Amino acid sequence: MSRLDRTHALRLLVAWAVLSVVGVLIAMQVHLPPGDQSTQATDETSLLQLMLIISTPVFVGVVLFILYSVFAFRQTRGAALEDGPPSYGNFRLQVAWVAITAIIVLLLAVIGINGLTSSAAETNFASSQAALGTGGSATTSGHRLQVQVIGQQWWFTYRYPDFGGAESLHLMLPVNTNIEFHVTSTDVVHSFWAYELGVKADANPGVDNITYVSTVRTGAFTVRCAELCGIWHGHMADTNNAVVSQADFTTWIAQVQKDNSDLNLPPYSPIYFPHPPIKGD
Amino acid sequence: MAVAPAVDDGPPIIQSSERRIVIPTNILTGIALAAVGYWAGAQLGISFALNDAGNTEVLLGYTFASIMFLVGIGFANYPLARLFGWRVTPQPAGDDHDGPWRYLNLSLDHKVIGVQYLVAMLMAMLFGGIGAMLIRTSLLVPDPPIVAPDKYLTLVSMHSVMMIFVASAAIVGPFGNFFVPYMIGTNRMAFPRLEALSFWLVPPAIVILLAAPIFGGFQTGWTGYTPLSEQADQGFDSYIVGFTLIGLALVVSGVNMLTTIIQLRAPGMTWTRLPIFVWGVFSASILGTFAAPILAAALVMQGLDRTVNTTFFISSAGGSPYLWENLFWFFGHPEVYIFILPAFGIVLELIVHFSRKPLWGYRTAVVGLLGVTLLSWFVWQHHLFMSGIAPALRPFFMFSTEMISIPTGIVFLVAFGTMWRARISMTVPMLFSLGFLFNFLIGGLSGVFLSDVPSDTTLHGSYFSMAHFHFTIVGGEIFAIVAAIYYWFPKMTGRMLNQTWGKIHFWWMFIAFNLAFMPLFAAGLLDMPRRVSTYAVSLQTLNDWVSVWAFILFASMVLFAINIIWSWFFTFKVAPANPWQARSIEWMLPTPLGRRNFEKIPVFTGGPYDYGNPSAKPAADLGGPPDRGMGSLGAEPAPS
Repeated sequence: MSRLDRTHALRLLVAWAVLSVVGVLIAMQVHLPPGDQSTQATDETSLLQLMLIISTPVFVGVVLFILYSVFAFRQTRGAALEDGPPSYGNFRLQVAWVAITAIIVLLLAVIGINGLTSSAAETNFASSQAALGTGGSATTSGHRLQVQVIGQQWWFTYRYPDFGGAESLHLMLPVNTNIEFHVTSTDVVHSFWAYELGVKADANPGVDNITYVSTVRTGAFTVRCAELCGIWHGHMADTNNAVVSQADFTTWIAQVQKDNSDLNLPPYSPIYFPHPPIKGD
Repeated sequence: MAVAPAVDDGPPIIQSSERRIVIPTNILTGIALAAVGYWAGAQLGISFALNDAGNTEVLLGYTFASIMFLVGIGFANYPLARLFGWRVTPQPAGDDHDGPWRYLNLSLDHKVIGVQYLVAMLMAMLFGGIGAMLIRTSLLVPDPPIVAPDKYLTLVSMHSVMMIFVASAAIVGPFGNFFVPYMIGTNRMAFPRLEALSFWLVPPAIVILLAAPIFGGFQTGWTGYTPLSEQADQGFDSYIVGFTLIGLALVVSGVNMLTTIIQLRAPGMTWTRLPIFVWGVFSASILGTFAAPILAAALVMQGLDRTVNTTFFISSAGGSPYLWENLFWFFGHPEVYIFILPAFGIVLELIVHFSRKPLWGYRTAVVGLLGVTLLSWFVWQHHLFMSGIAPALRPFFMFSTEMISIPTGIVFLVAFGTMWRARISMTVPMLFSLGFLFNFLIGGLSGVFLSDVPSDTTLHGSYFSMAHFHFTIVGGEIFAIVAAIYYWFPKMTGRMLNQTWGKIHFWWMFIAFNLAFMPLFAAGLLDMPRRVSTYAVSLQTLNDWVSVWAFILFASMVLFAINIIWSWFFTFKVAPANPWQARSIEWMLPTPLGRRNFEKIPVFTGGPYDYGNPSAKPAADLGGPPDRGMGSLGAEPAPS
């Protein structure tokens, strides 16, 4: 490594360090979705933030290097073309680079896998595996509120097996509750995306796709379809969903049960076709 | 040690038949026979009287039309001659037609095929680009859409499939076919007929795809998920046949490239002297050879589902939509590296020549390319994190996906090592190569966001992922293609592209691209799903901004097209033989290039990248050893 190498490297390193710190400080201020309405959403928000923070120095470094090279290592204008120093590589630098990228990758993977397994541990669903629609009330401790989500061209229907299969076209959830979604479809592949809750699960015909959410804050949320499902895919969105207090939820679900009383709904059925959307909408 | 086998010891002579199938074979015959073939296939399909919503008719029509087109253009001549014992005589490749007419007809000359591919790909890019403009026009208002939802989704699907055609073949097709034989020092490809076939499968695929709206279009996107595809009209049959033809072209081209690069390297062209662009083509060809058959097979299964009710993917009859998703992405993920590996090759090649330094860490770069090739087989389920398939496998696919950043990081390291203390010329190809590094960096970093399951839960299926792959494919691959066109155009056509307009084109395209696509990350984070004809009213300003910059981006490509047409046909000055003063062998040859690549098979005496090394020999000795006939070189060990 010559003196000239060191001068260039030092300049780049200092500029990179300064700009990275500035960049990271900015990245920490960026407000990212999906928010904090559920523990899953909080996890996703902090993971997105973490990735933004990790990518910032990488981004800054690459852009800085390109800009620095094209200004500092430029061919002399107007003169005959000149060759650069014939350097064919530097084994130690290559090993170091691979090692550093490998460490970053391992770090990301550990964080990601840790997040996955901890949420899997949290969602130890032994109780609900027994049978759908046989559990107690949603307020019983340790029990998960089961919600069956049925995708259809082009709306979602929500059914509450714990409440005699009461069904609604809008999703109401009690706050501070562990919820277990059973997502399925009657026709094509849809994807149930409760944006602010940080939930996304494909709705496949004939498949019971299970996913979990733990609500922590009341408020409205949007549900969209996130998988192309035909011509009205873009219209398959509903903003009239909310996480509400336990008391409000009890009142609401009682009303839904009353409204549904003449429909003779099954508590739970994996091959159930919801009625056309006439109720409550 | 490189080996030059006997087939390579002369001009590109190919066994040809003296007799033709009754009528002269050329493109007009091809088109006429294609029409007859469509009619015959459709009649046959109707005669089966299946309860299939008319799909057999269209599928057989397209299939027969494609086969008859190839027969009409001349692909059956040689096999028929061998079959019936007609006389076959050696004949120089591609001499069936002369003058510009050669370019419209079957030619076995790799230079002609390269130019044919280039023009066809630019045309396809134009069709796909017009589709993109119509999409962005429709998205100017959130609701009601300017284009009706079914037409809108047909546009989205046709734009995506057309651009996938372009992305799959627009580097290996034009530049691989044209320059790999030069770079490895041979007069021909290993299988010239397969090379021609890999091109002539493309025009029918494009025409068949463009025919989709006649039969109601298809609203499935490029993924063609079942059961949605079962609901599609006969327009979806265009997807099946068109995509299958492209899949076959990838296999045929891949086998040919691998064989050529392994077998036909001239003496002295050792594996460690192989230009990095050839390595990029080589690794993409491995993927094309082994991944595209899966696509073709899966598409045939969809075709059978639609015609004779085989129910591979029909869940109501015991099939599984998951099967399609797995097969499609098992092809689909290697596919995206078919796009980007040759682009890596181009960018590293160009950065070397315009930095005027040797490729820094050559072996590491090769390991990087081959590492991506290997890893790309183990990541396909990251497209299916939300699907509900095997949740227990998610950590594995998350890890394997993130692993790909290691070999990709190597490509950046090699580029940087080469630029370190270099003498950089900011030519148009170099500008586009550096633009590639910037855009692909954003594409790659956003890919990391998508690789982790919890963050993917929010981003999957949103405009974030759409912005991600547009940064890798448009900002990455298309920038590399444009760089390659500016770089190699003088050698391919004998004309320089206008460099001043090239610089204007670069800044125009680079700025418009980033301003158009960067906000789409925000659209995705603000819960705008992909492939929607309508969106939240609050996102209108953002979408209008994107549309306007997309139009400006399109205008930059119009400028590029004008530059190509003007420079090619309306400037009459022959380009200098080596306008970039590059060391590699294609620039040692005269412009315009001769009909035969090399009068004598060259002997490679040095690496292509030995800039600044006073003891380095020229890349190749074009005269060959004076005391030997060309045929005996194969037995000689390679000079080191």
